Amino acid sequence: MWTLFQIEVYKIFRRPRTYIAFAAITGLIGIIQFGLKLDGEQYVEFMMRDITSSITIEGNILNGYQVCYIVLQVLLVHVPLLIALVAADMISGEANMGTLRLLLTKPISRDAFLVAKFMATMVYTLLLLIWLAILALFLNMLIFGTDDLFLLKSSYIVLLRENDIFWRYCGAFAFAALAMSTVAALGFLLSLFANNSIGPIVATMSIIVFLTILSTLNIPLFSYVKPYLFTTHMIGWKEFFDIKVNASNEALSGTIQHPMRIVQSAMVLLTHIVLFLLISIWVFRKKDILS
Amino acid sequence: MKKIRLLVFSCMLVAGIQAQDMTPLVQKVRAKIEQVKDYVAVGTMKTDVSFIKAPIGKVKVYFKKPDLFSIKKEGGISLLPKGGVSINMSSLMATTSFVALSAGEAVVDGIKTRVVKLLPMNENSEVILTTLYIQEATLLVLKAVTSTRENGTYEMTMQYGAYQQYGLPDKVIFSFNTKDYKLPKGITLEFEEETKPLTEAEKIKNRKGRVEINYSAFTINQGLADAVFKK
Repeated sequence: MWTLFQIEVYKIFRRPRTYIAFAAITGLIGIIQFGLKLDGEQYVEFMMRDITSSITIEGNILNGYQVCYIVLQVLLVHVPLLIALVAADMISGEANMGTLRLLLTKPISRDAFLVAKFMATMVYTLLLLIWLAILALFLNMLIFGTDDLFLLKSSYIVLLRENDIFWRYCGAFAFAALAMSTVAALGFLLSLFANNSIGPIVATMSIIVFLTILSTLNIPLFSYVKPYLFTTHMIGWKEFFDIKVNASNEALSGTIQHPMRIVQSAMVLLTHIVLFLLISIWVFRKKDILS
Repeated sequence: MKKIRLLVFSCMLVAGIQAQDMTPLVQKVRAKIEQVKDYVAVGTMKTDVSFIKAPIGKVKVYFKKPDLFSIKKEGGISLLPKGGVSINMSSLMATTSFVALSAGEAVVDGIKTRVVKLLPMNENSEVILTTLYIQEATLLVLKAVTSTRENGTYEMTMQYGAYQQYGLPDKVIFSFNTKDYKLPKGITLEFEEETKPLTEAEKIKNRKGRVEINYSAFTINQGLADAVFKK
């Protein structure tokens, strides 16, 4: 099993397609950093225009923590598409090349083969997120420095002290890993149903776009479905950046406003991952391998 | 007879006007405050605005005559009400040309005070009217309500302790009006359901903000460079 896993990881990182996602993330973050470094003040002024009419804000708002939040807010919506590039190719790619039938003639169980591929997909997903964390958090901390984090939510503003932020990012990236693993598991499942990579990749992207739109729409009819959609819970990482207040409206450092929402979202995502994997195993056991 | 009546009426009017003139009291309060040429104070600041979640922060407050004032949080972000430059009495009393009228007496925190209305003589002054609640025995301003042209009305209440001989408070509560805050969920990428709309009473309550500064120590008249006030 371990050898199978190593081989699959090796195969993933031998393919040029794998590095498209890493290059895309590097390019996108680079552009955001470049833009904010040169013209960040105007961006901040634009974001703050509603509250500066009654409140004066002093301090280094555009610091590394702030830029990281902006990057995550923009990128974590699109990273699933990059994950689909590899995850949805895992089985269909083998079928397309005609190596799937050959591989399964080896004395290994279908389950072990599938689980090894699944684990390798998860490794790719995690490495992509670690790369994102290095560029979005640590590099921005170096370029823009660190300070308090000033966050604009839809109906209120959160100010987090500098010494109360890093652990929140650790939690947010761990949660994002869970969210991206769900996407990877979906792409992996869909890759079982085709003999070429394009179909499952496009199908994964389409499902994510479709469900994200459903999650965003505030139409009462959809509110019954939304809690069960994994896309609704994928932005749960933001809960790490909300803070509790006491009766006199004083924010309490080290607290999270709705910790149970994080647990609930994590459970929904974990359930999806397990479900997608079990369905994959079931489908693969019954699959007639012809290519 | 008519002339006598007119003379008596004129005397009463002049006496009334003189009784209402509070300039000497205000000048005494000012003289007390003006003992302080500059100060650096350390303390904590709490921002209490319904739509802001902010922890209490340690601040350093700088003042230099006539009206240089700055609140700084070492290496952090601070939120102050617009027009917060008037968050100290010295800035409020910096104007030299004003009309001071008595508006009776009032009780502030259980202490009897003289209510004085300060009207700036300068037509273009940002401050339209300031109401001071002065404790006459100690010459301390316990409360001030200021109406401005651009930044609405704000209120300051002061509690005094160790530095009251300089007219410097231990605690200042600054109340001000805020505007409604709302950003589209499309911008903030929040998927949660709409929360229950606020009632009119809640909306009015939410439009009031407070900044509370508790001073722990003052360093008075030790000299202060203007560079400290540059942003």
